[in-house]
Amino acid sequence: MAKRLTPVDVVLVGFGWTASIIAQELTEEGLQVLALERGVDRATVPDFSTTHIQDELKYAVRGGLFQAPVRETLSFRNTRDQHALPMRHLGSFRPGAGVGGAGVHWNGQTWRFLPDDFLLRSHTEARYGTGFIPDDLTIQDWGVTYEDLEPSYDRFEYLCGVSGKAGNLDGTQQAEGNPFEGARRRDYPLPPLERSVGSLMFDKASKELGYHPFAAPAANTSRPYKNPLGVQMGQCTYCGFCEWFGCGNYSKASPQSTILPVLLKKDNFSYRTGCDVTRVLLDNTGKKAKGVLYRDLKGDEYEQPAQIVILCAFAHHNVHLLLLSGIGQPYDPVSQTGVTGRNYAYQITSSVEVFVDELINPYMGAGALGQAIDEFNTDNFDHGPEGFIGGGYIALWTTGGRPILQHHLPKDAPKWGAGWKKAMAENYLKSVSVSTHGSVVSHRGAYLDLDPNYKDIYGNPMLRLTFDFHDNDYRMSDFLTDKAEGIAKAMKPRSINVKKRKKPYSIVPYQTTHNTGGAVMGDDPRTSVVNRYLQSWDVPNVFVVGACNFPQNAGYNPTGTVGALAFWAADAIRTMYLKNPGPLVQA
Amino acid sequence: MPVARSPSCSLFATPSFQQAALDRGITRRRFVQAALALPTIIALPACGSDDRKAIKVSRTFFSAREQRFIEAATARLIPGDASDPGALEAGVPFFIDLQLAGPYGRADRWYMEGPWASGTEQQGYQLKETPAQLYRKAIAEVDAYCRKHFNGMDYADLKTSEQEQVLHDLDEDKIQLKDFPGQAFFAILWQNTQEGFLSDPMYGGNRNFAGWKLIGFPGPRYNYVKEITEYGKPYPLPPVGLLGRDGTRIRS
Repeated sequence: MAKRLTPVDVVLVGFGWTASIIAQELTEEGLQVLALERGVDRATVPDFSTTHIQDELKYAVRGGLFQAPVRETLSFRNTRDQHALPMRHLGSFRPGAGVGGAGVHWNGQTWRFLPDDFLLRSHTEARYGTGFIPDDLTIQDWGVTYEDLEPSYDRFEYLCGVSGKAGNLDGTQQAEGNPFEGARRRDYPLPPLERSVGSLMFDKASKELGYHPFAAPAANTSRPYKNPLGVQMGQCTYCGFCEWFGCGNYSKASPQSTILPVLLKKDNFSYRTGCDVTRVLLDNTGKKAKGVLYRDLKGDEYEQPAQIVILCAFAHHNVHLLLLSGIGQPYDPVSQTGVTGRNYAYQITSSVEVFVDELINPYMGAGALGQAIDEFNTDNFDHGPEGFIGGGYIALWTTGGRPILQHHLPKDAPKWGAGWKKAMAENYLKSVSVSTHGSVVSHRGAYLDLDPNYKDIYGNPMLRLTFDFHDNDYRMSDFLTDKAEGIAKAMKPRSINVKKRKKPYSIVPYQTTHNTGGAVMGDDPRTSVVNRYLQSWDVPNVFVVGACNFPQNAGYNPTGTVGALAFWAADAIRTMYLKNPGPLVQA
Repeated sequence: MPVARSPSCSLFATPSFQQAALDRGITRRRFVQAALALPTIIALPACGSDDRKAIKVSRTFFSAREQRFIEAATARLIPGDASDPGALEAGVPFFIDLQLAGPYGRADRWYMEGPWASGTEQQGYQLKETPAQLYRKAIAEVDAYCRKHFNGMDYADLKTSEQEQVLHDLDEDKIQLKDFPGQAFFAILWQNTQEGFLSDPMYGGNRNFAGWKLIGFPGPRYNYVKEITEYGKPYPLPPVGLLGRDGTRIRS
């Protein structure tokens, strides 16, 4: 029998980016807010100190800051006719665990999606005709527009101290910025990071080809910065240990470096670590949540009552919890009914390794130090002749030169032995990678449900992922890769190595932790789990926030949009829900 | 030439309280305090000799026979000599031994519950064996394979060219081991060999920064605010590790 605890106003599942933002906002309303985090407590000091965090083996290779599959994993298959098997160790994606979530170990690449991204189906149909979208694609509009979210994007960028250069200020084009971006009300809070050798080479080559390169927006502070909450951040030192690592220098935006110093001092906020939430508890009508059920590290079970339940965990976990709790009808790919678990999507990436004569010194870098072009993202080019939907950016990132995982070898280099050693010596300091980062459409055969064979540590059915990239995405990615190859060749290299994304999707090699969908937002309860304010259609005192809301994935890294959605949902709760608890949108 | 250490060196006998503390996940500060109090974290290169028996002193996982295999195999994967260090000179066998004796070897973070089935390549690792168990079984079977095909000789006793051929055959999945494909073992062996050559020396490999010096990585230097814009200029300072400049101290 679960022990019943003292009720709170709001319980948050997870304590990463979205929970931190929402907690900060809702405590301003005087609400008693509690966050339940499955992982450990973590703070910049001592957990990310530069005396020990720059350890590639412990953090990048062994995954010291990531979710441990021994406690939580999912099963995977490419198609419905296969038998799903558990992901026994991490590969393709690496969710975080612990306070700060994946917001601790991300790179800081902080994009806004384009206005067309939010209207993907209606925009595509309007420009190319309804027949342009294949029948098995379930892409749809978001239910919010870029203009709706602009103030929330702005708040997230100023919270994080994003370094960048506007390309479109209130509709006026700005030199050196991204000419394709949606209109923004003001510039980034900080100027761009310094350029690396590789960035300058990419910049020159892409300009020669007629493109418009710009400094990618970075939640790595190019200058000392005090954010609107009064939290001070330090200037980035280009140490080259962002992704997979915490930042010991208070330079990479994370909940710890931007919000927690303020939030943790509030009397009406508290959090508990080592708490695995296993259910959202519903009352006997099934229309109202009473709170959540969780287990602590000893395995003891607790019931935490709350007026509002907000799921702020990683995309998979939010969907798993909805399925286990019976919130929303589970998606059935055969009958094409149900919503929970529907429209899972991911990110499709590729790269062209470039071997040059110039000394690159790749280890001097920052997670979001990059130069990019956006000519081939979303609908910035005519898709008519290409026959696919979507796109992505092409960039040269200088994230670091960690020796085990961040070295490049020419195509003809031996895989091991004396030849490998020679190739390592010749190329580590003289190679870069031009990467493509593409959108992924949602389709009927890509979804999340409960596995009939495998159980989690509490005996609950494991989450099951059924996914392969759609042919649309392979064609789009090949198109992007060809353009990247053109830029790489314009850098006048010794040699290049083109690495296209091969069929089928594999859960083994690392790609990105940009898993999306499963609890998508929208304006139709037949095709979305939550409404435009991220409120459950079925259980109005449950909100679900994160990349699980994306109806399909855009060609950008997700965190900027995830942060914006958190501010958007918090604002709806503050200004509308609290005054009149109940559905914010009538179905 | 195998790197070995004389018995007179009290090599890395990890004190049990220290290991227990690490297993509990004590904070870095407490660990450093504990480590500073210990005389047993010592400089390895001072102990250079070619006495094969001495290797036993530093083994925590491998048997003597397994140690011979791992030294021979890693020396083929990253060959070297005193003037151009490879896996042996960099201490890679020692690194792998320590890794297999620890949480990684036990697959502490992996999901290792049944039911077990062999899946598609895209579904990834589906073996019942932890990394430590995989090495134990695979080394015995590869040695048995060698004895069968090379006049009763263990892998370590083969000619260099034969050792290379066996590795190629494992890599290309031409040797089927009893419970798993040879490629599965080759993949983990090559991955761990690279880790040992290129990770921070405090894990026992990359001795004297052999791997980092080869490629030109200066270690976790922390601050490049000035150097980031000094385009095309070589970085002037020698490598440094998380535990200092000599690159010889070990942390479990």
